Amino acid sequence: MKPLILCLAALAATPALAGDTTPEALIATYSAEAGQPADPARGEALFLAETGGGKPDTPSCTTCHTADPTRAGQARTGKAIEPLAPRANPARFTDTAHVEKWFGRNCNSVLGRDCTAAEKSDIITWLTGL
Amino acid sequence: MRKFLILIAFATPALADSDYIAPVTDPLTQAECSACHMAYPPSLLPAESWHKIMTSLSDHFGEDASLPEADAAAIEAYLTGQTRPAAQMRADPETPPLRITELPWFKREHEGEVSRRALEKAGSMANCTACHRGAERGYFEDD
Ligand code: HEC
Repeated sequence: MKPLILCLAALAATPALAGDTTPEALIATYSAEAGQPADPARGEALFLAETGGGKPDTPSCTTCHTADPTRAGQARTGKAIEPLAPRANPARFTDTAHVEKWFGRNCNSVLGRDCTAAEKSDIITWLTGL
Repeated sequence: MRKFLILIAFATPALADSDYIAPVTDPLTQAECSACHMAYPPSLLPAESWHKIMTSLSDHFGEDASLPEADAAAIEAYLTGQTRPAAQMRADPETPPLRITELPWFKREHEGEVSRRALEKAGSMANCTACHRGAERGYFEDD
């Protein structure tokens, strides 16, 4: 019985990644919505910036993802966060709902607002090139 | 006598005999909470605390942890169903505690137990599993 519970707990702990998209498809969708091509340099600048406007404990994306998203980051609690760059972590940007949920939360924490479609395509393009 | 025993039980949640505290078993609760930290055992906080936490996710200890309303409601129902009201846990229902790490028994249990190096390695006192390897299964004995 116990091993079964352990297995279920392990399954539940891994985010259910539906695998309904790819980084390239997301970039295409977001840049179409933005009406402009993605710019990785703008994505990098936004990711590394401390723009203010957000919550005091999360001044930047790098607070949790570090300035090198090919490496693991860390939540403020100390829990590890797998790398954001798809080359280091192929599960990234393969589940639309997961991507939308975390852009929603994290842009609001860091910037105090939603990220625009242009910003999302810029960031994914930068991360995909790392 | 009975009353006395109950009080003791509430003052030190389940730590007395086996260091076992029933873990989260609901898959949605487990998945959502554990994105940023271990899904903490529901019985550690009064029901009023979970209500407050689950209705203020847009500012969750300094982060936006928003969830779709239906998910937040389902998780709140699970958590509050696994614990007791504040009045039975020596807590004020009007200002329920929000941080497990600031509960008197938690501070007492950890006082002098965590070296600066251990804390640095764990990242924060919220990272139970750094020291209690079995925490996600409910086992909080020291390792
Ligand atoms: C407070 C910590 C924190 C901050 C700050 C933060 N993130 Fe995250 N981010 C997380 C966590 C936790 C996850 C979800 C766990 C996981 O997917 O590994 C996540 C997941 C994501 C994902 C999901 C990617 C996928 O496909 O799995 C994206 C995109 C993302 N973050 C972008 C950002 C951006 C952009 C910023 C800055 C605006 C940012 N994050 C700031 C903690 C943070």
